[in-house]
Amino acid sequence: MKYGLFLGCTVPVRALNYELAARKVGEKLGLEFQDIPEFGCCGFPVKSVDRMTFILMAAENLSVAEDANLDICSLCSACSSVLTEVDRQLKENQTLRNRVNEELSRVGRKYQGRIQVKHLARILHEDVGLPRIKEMVKRPLSEFNFAVHYGCHYLKPSEVYGEFEEPENPRTLDELLRLTGAKSIPYEDKNECCGGGVLGVDEATALKIAALKLDHVKASGADALVLICPFCNIMYEANQKKIEKLSETEFNLPVLYYPQVLGLALGIPPDELGFRMNRVKPREILSRLG
Amino acid sequence: MIDVSKLDPNFKYEITKEPGGEHITRCFACGTCSATCPVRGINEEYNPRRIIRMALLGMKEEVLSSDFIWLCASCYSCEEKCPQDVRIAHLMNAIKNIAVREGHIHPSFRAQLEALFAHGRLYEVTEFDNKKRAKWGLPEIRENVEGTRKLFRKTGMEKLVKGEGREE
Repeated sequence: MKYGLFLGCTVPVRALNYELAARKVGEKLGLEFQDIPEFGCCGFPVKSVDRMTFILMAAENLSVAEDANLDICSLCSACSSVLTEVDRQLKENQTLRNRVNEELSRVGRKYQGRIQVKHLARILHEDVGLPRIKEMVKRPLSEFNFAVHYGCHYLKPSEVYGEFEEPENPRTLDELLRLTGAKSIPYEDKNECCGGGVLGVDEATALKIAALKLDHVKASGADALVLICPFCNIMYEANQKKIEKLSETEFNLPVLYYPQVLGLALGIPPDELGFRMNRVKPREILSRLG
Repeated sequence: MIDVSKLDPNFKYEITKEPGGEHITRCFACGTCSATCPVRGINEEYNPRRIIRMALLGMKEEVLSSDFIWLCASCYSCEEKCPQDVRIAHLMNAIKNIAVREGHIHPSFRAQLEALFAHGRLYEVTEFDNKKRAKWGLPEIRENVEGTRKLFRKTGMEKLVKGEGREE
């Protein structure tokens, strides 16, 4: 199973621990990732400003993957969502496709609709498959209770993702977490947004949205919050200190990327999974691991 | 107070012609969007039902020049739950696209365009970043600026970056 690894803008500079763990876990499970230097920004930031520019940015990335004959594996939920959305639009709307190809031809590119875009978590769930991963678990994490956070763009808009998930009642991350032996514990408003989408426009509002989830997860008694999107991570981990100050509450809640958790269960040493780069130090979890 | 003489009855048709805005006239104002909106739960400035009402009434200038249209988090909660399939997250993007063409772009989005124009990415990749990546055995990241600049020139985004049509 080979994929073009789409890192996007945030992961390669702000979430090296995520990237590192994803690569290690992929290697262990027989996923081959090819780095493609021509990949650029997915287009998400431009969507609100100018739809056509946005579509062209996404389409160019899709055509780059087509040239390499590879499906895309994305680590960021926002990249996954918009690349999937544009791919679907171009597959369904011939007029739009012609217009896009007219523009792309000026830079020597063409969109043909030959590849698929998938988030890493979806690849683990659908392509590698739960039984295969389960076989590979060496160190079940049965002493831990984790709270999974789906975020928005891994699931929505559901019209572009097809039957893959139910946004109101998602299950794939819970299933992936349970594979590691850890318990996925329920908490209030599990499907809520991280607030990341308004961070640049209204920081106070964004931080208050994130604070609600930190509150709910803390109340559930979870050992850590587990997620799969670098932007959700910025809200819950990078901004946790700021949120603690604003809400006058100490959370001290570790935030882990799912591949870091899976990596531990697969017996990969913590040092190779980038835990040292986690801002809220998961010391207690690592020491309990022995 | 709404000044009826200032309403633009064609605004809603302008929106229905904009990709993503096609379904705005389906709204029957049930308020499911506002009830499920995580931003609305915190900040009363943002109220999707109210924004849709204002647009349908023709309050074009108030809507397009507002800050509140930029507060949508694009979380799609409303879009998934709307009983009339108004496709609200897409609708908000349609309204923002029109606002930009009328000279109203939010500073934080202009800043994102500036970053893309300067680096071809949202975040600059410095030598320090690549050193850190190398230390962890991760491949070097190069900025592909030229492609983005070419595209931005072609689609008029460069003008927004350079500040033409700047508000105020």
